[in-house]
Amino acid sequence: MTWSVMIFKLSEGMLESVKIFTLTLLFSLPLGLFVAFGRMSKNLLLRNFVRLYISIMRGTPLILQLMVIYFGPFYIFNITLSSGYRFYAVIIGFVINYAAYFAEIYRGGIESMPVGQYEAAKVLGYSKAQTFIRIILPQVIKRILPSITNEVITLIKDTALAFAISYAEMFTVAKAIAAAQTNMTAFIIAGIFYYVFNLIVDFIMGWIEKKLSYYR
Amino acid sequence: MKVNLLEIKNLKKSFGTLEVIKGISLNVEEGKVVSIIGPSGSGKSTLLRCATLLETIDSGELIYLGEHATTDIDGKASYAHKAQLKRIQSYFGLVFQNFNLFPHFSVIKNVIDALITVQKKPKDEAMEIGRGLLKKVGLADKEDAYPYQLSGGQQQRVSIARALALNPKILFFDEPTSALDPELTGEILNVIKELAAEKMTMVIVTHEMSFARDVSDHIIFMDNGVIVEEGSPSKVINNPENERTKAFLSRFES
Repeated sequence: MTWSVMIFKLSEGMLESVKIFTLTLLFSLPLGLFVAFGRMSKNLLLRNFVRLYISIMRGTPLILQLMVIYFGPFYIFNITLSSGYRFYAVIIGFVINYAAYFAEIYRGGIESMPVGQYEAAKVLGYSKAQTFIRIILPQVIKRILPSITNEVITLIKDTALAFAISYAEMFTVAKAIAAAQTNMTAFIIAGIFYYVFNLIVDFIMGWIEKKLSYYR
Repeated sequence: MKVNLLEIKNLKKSFGTLEVIKGISLNVEEGKVVSIIGPSGSGKSTLLRCATLLETIDSGELIYLGEHATTDIDGKASYAHKAQLKRIQSYFGLVFQNFNLFPHFSVIKNVIDALITVQKKPKDEAMEIGRGLLKKVGLADKEDAYPYQLSGGQQQRVSIARALALNPKILFFDEPTSALDPELTGEILNVIKELAAEKMTMVIVTHEMSFARDVSDHIIFMDNGVIVEEGSPSKVINNPENERTKAFLSRFES
């Protein structure tokens, strides 16, 4: 295998990793907010249900969750799904796992807001929704951004776990190449790809943080 | 003719087993300035928070411009429906001890955002109102600054402008100078004095005795959740009759 072929194959894998990364963020960031609301709900049933969900998501390995989501339909319900389900299983697994982590970050941010902000908004006549969207959420985002960055960076590396259900993202590709060539080259290149991806994300998150530093 | 903007009737409020307000009644007439003084823990801030609907009262009546925010039913306060409370909310403004400005909004946005978001005023009209108010509180040159860039006194003046923007009929102040350095209290007191001269109806919880005496039409001395003594400033501050009032005021003799 020539260098150019290897890099092309790894790039294809990389594209899949980026796909997992992007879709996971796209769905889990908003979903996490709703999960956080459920976690803080006055409804005891809902609150405890959400607590259990978060506890399972954080208390078991993501790799195992992926397995359950991928193989579950067949082993538990005897449903045979098309091969295209592999991709959905990866996205579902990552989204519900990351939503749980994001929910706890949101909750921490929301609960750290001084009660005076809510009171000032109330006296000025803002509705609850207006208060949250205009006053609370923008400040929460600024507060939680460093924690979000942490999760986002972890996510890049976690995309490699899709390997567990043979989804052809970069790590899966690298492993196949390395096994065929019986050397480390593919792994090293993949490592460089992950690292560069991380640098870019780190730069973007830093830029957002800077954009939000116009107030204290 | 006397018009009562606010009537409070036999208001009671407990936190758990601790009764903080033990039955207080008072009226605030249009154009008058009422100051509430008293030692810490006397319930004066709680009274203000009850009046501004930030705390739920246990019993008694809160009536703004003849509209009931609460009605007393068999010794329990029953709150009006949401739409009426929302309307009543628009009758008053509140200036907090800790300002509670929105840190992510510029000074002008702090002042006009509720005008646009809540009252649905067009932006240019809101800007005009906001700039006028900033000028009034002496901060015309700060409209693009952010709260953290201002001194405490300036922040409190912005929060007064923010409260005034919604054109309230009655303005409450909860210890407006207590979070400020002594040299900054003057600028706030001057703004309040100016408002008093314009016949703004105000209820002020304060520890500034000489200010209360100068600015108020009526002074209420509270202790242990009750009104101990009330009347004109000359009566309550200069010639108190009650022993507790005398003891409290003796600490402020200068």
